Amino acid sequence: MSTETMASDSLELKPGIAGFFDDWSSDQRAFKGVPWGKAMMWIFLVSDTFIFGCFLASYMTVRMSTLEPWPSSSEVFALSFGGAPIPLILIAIMTFVLITSSGTMALAVNYGYRKNKWVTFWLLFATAILGATFVGMQVFEWSKLIFEEGVRPWGNPMGAAQFGSVFFMVTGFHGFHVSIGVIFLFIFSYKVARGHLDDHTPGWFTKRGGNYEEIEILGLYWHFVDLVWVFIFAFFYLW
Amino acid sequence: MEHIAHDETSFVRPAEVGEMELYHAKTWLGKYVFSQDAKTIAIQYAATAIAIGMVALVLSWFMRLQLAWPNTFTFIDPAYYLQAVTMHGMIMVVYLLTALFLGGFGNYLIPLMVGARDMVFPWLNMISFWVYFTAVLLLAASFFVGGGSTGAGWTLYPPQAILPGTPGSEAGILLMLASLAVFIIGFTMGGLNYVVTILQARTRGMTLMRMPLTVWGIFVATVLALFAFPALFVSAIMMSLDVLLGTSFFMPAIMTMGSEADHVGGNPLLFQHLFWFFGHPEVYIVALPAFGIVSDLISIHARKNIFGYRMMVWAIVIIGALSFVVWAHHMYVSGMNPYFGFFFATTTLIIAVPTALKVYNWVLTLWQGNIHLTIPMLFSIAFLLFFINGGMTGLFLGNATVSMPLSDTLFVVAHFHMVMAVAPVMVVCGAIYHWYPKITGRWYHEGMARFHFWVTFVGSYLVFLPMHYLGIMGVPRRYFEITGTTFLPDSAQNVNASITIAALVVGVAQIVFLYNLIVSAFNGKKAPGNPWNATSLEWQTETTPPGHGNFGKELPCVYRWAYDYSVPGVEEDFIPQNVPPRNAQTEGAQ
Repeated sequence: MSTETMASDSLELKPGIAGFFDDWSSDQRAFKGVPWGKAMMWIFLVSDTFIFGCFLASYMTVRMSTLEPWPSSSEVFALSFGGAPIPLILIAIMTFVLITSSGTMALAVNYGYRKNKWVTFWLLFATAILGATFVGMQVFEWSKLIFEEGVRPWGNPMGAAQFGSVFFMVTGFHGFHVSIGVIFLFIFSYKVARGHLDDHTPGWFTKRGGNYEEIEILGLYWHFVDLVWVFIFAFFYLW
Repeated sequence: MEHIAHDETSFVRPAEVGEMELYHAKTWLGKYVFSQDAKTIAIQYAATAIAIGMVALVLSWFMRLQLAWPNTFTFIDPAYYLQAVTMHGMIMVVYLLTALFLGGFGNYLIPLMVGARDMVFPWLNMISFWVYFTAVLLLAASFFVGGGSTGAGWTLYPPQAILPGTPGSEAGILLMLASLAVFIIGFTMGGLNYVVTILQARTRGMTLMRMPLTVWGIFVATVLALFAFPALFVSAIMMSLDVLLGTSFFMPAIMTMGSEADHVGGNPLLFQHLFWFFGHPEVYIVALPAFGIVSDLISIHARKNIFGYRMMVWAIVIIGALSFVVWAHHMYVSGMNPYFGFFFATTTLIIAVPTALKVYNWVLTLWQGNIHLTIPMLFSIAFLLFFINGGMTGLFLGNATVSMPLSDTLFVVAHFHMVMAVAPVMVVCGAIYHWYPKITGRWYHEGMARFHFWVTFVGSYLVFLPMHYLGIMGVPRRYFEITGTTFLPDSAQNVNASITIAALVVGVAQIVFLYNLIVSAFNGKKAPGNPWNATSLEWQTETTPPGHGNFGKELPCVYRWAYDYSVPGVEEDFIPQNVPPRNAQTEGAQ
């Protein structure tokens, strides 16, 4: 990928709708100045949106079709501090951590393009740690629900069985996305620290040279995972 | 002739990006097994798809044998029959046609036709094939597990798909769901590659509106697949959880085998909606590449530019978009709100407009063309006949009120086989013969190919045309046995028997096809680089078959669309896409 980058910076692009039609009716590239990996990530994310969209639509459908009452999420997800239960406190902290990690990720992208190796490394590393913290808190949340509240995928003492089914499936699938992201954040922290992106060292599998644009592509994925969490938070915990 | 002031480079803009980095494997394993060359991956995809498709073909023989001569073949019991129906359908739609059109033709033709050295991410492309291969292995494994493969019908409707009593409800259904999920993961890797290659890696001068329609068809079909497969992926996950963990996504409270099942409160209609949100675009995932390829075959072999190129492109795009809002026309009798039927019947019939437009344009391309009845042309004409036939019956089934009495009869089977099974298969065969000289560098045996065409064409008509009549008489689909039914005359059974004989013959003819393909690859007559005098870039490569990197030292520049056939004033009757305007004029002046 390295050879195709940066050459496009000299392109003169028209702004607005005229520029849109110009780009799409031109040769070579429909998205001018967009590297292949970035275009691919965007299209993948749209495809992934359909997956989460189907999950959330299915959640709403089974919530309507089940005959049992739906458990109250503010009670189920409450934690007690000093004797008084605080609704959704864990989720609030988890959301705060994940949104913060989006901030560090955005900074990492910025410092990556400035080729500031060590700041990029620390920001990526912080993002990875925040993501791992999120996953850790999710493990805590799951184990509390499973071991203390008796929630199982096939049933729970509070009401509709689908509550547990959907909860574990959707948050599990999202947590899987976060975990994959964390793994790649660690991999890229390593690559940045070793200077692989500066000297375009070929990747382990793809044999293509590394580049700081990969940080932005990783960032797209990470922001998407955050955005999905906002929807899960709204539909699952607040509704 | 007067000298023209500007030289050819002033017709195209300079390259925006540098050359693609290609990984040249040094080992045999790296070159032929884990190859990162899209052309090798294409052949791997196609060979795997055709191999598993042959299994599905044999399964259809078992179905037909039972229907024609009930209880003569004792190894076919009702469970076995249902398993054959299910696996035949699923393999043909997903593992053969989708994989062959997108993984096979997509991989081979996209980089060559848009003038790229390879797919943008060859490593991902290689992984895509091996994930697909794993999916096929998982699917094939379900034949051998206890209880056998699933017999739920290719639509896998719950609750029956996972209840005891349905064949394969033990392990078969799980393997099927796992295989589908793996297939989707593998396809996504490939599909992202195809889309990005078309959008971002075209050669100089190759605008979107200069791309051959083949690329357009594969492109829009891939986009559809990327957005439709997620629904199947999600439903496969949820049904697996229903089986494995006892959740109740799709399972209402239900009595089975005299006792209450451990499910409550689920929604079986949800599965149908998710399945058909995938399932209807899937029809066009199979059809759109066929539309695109057949447009090129007709144009090349009739030596005439395609009629209404822009219309054809927009028709493909509009059909693709509409295919996402018609899914519930498969569910008129499912018990959903009848008002939905009104909406979905309307959207369904609107699809007839761009589709009819395409058919008119194909016919108008043939009109007064210089038609060469080559093998690809024969298959293209056969495609038109099957497609028009299947499209007409689609009008019956698209209307909710007309569709209801025809639901679940052989009329439906006849319709979808005509329109999305035999018609695309005609294009597959035509396309294989068309690009065979480029892929292998040799000619297939013409006589065998003609034999294959006539038997397949006439035979398929003999199979599926009488099925319409059986369906209107009320013969249900997916039934193990229909003899002894009072509303059916005995002659219905004779029709069934004749269909079976035709099906067996058509099946055997495919052996001739495969024999021809394999043997000719080694013994065939040497083929020239551009035997059909075609204009698109894959025929202008330096070597035949094209080497790794597709083109020689320099990528071709594109100066025109792909349909400059029979251009007046030009010596030859075609101008390749990479011939600069001045050169073409000079030739004309000679």
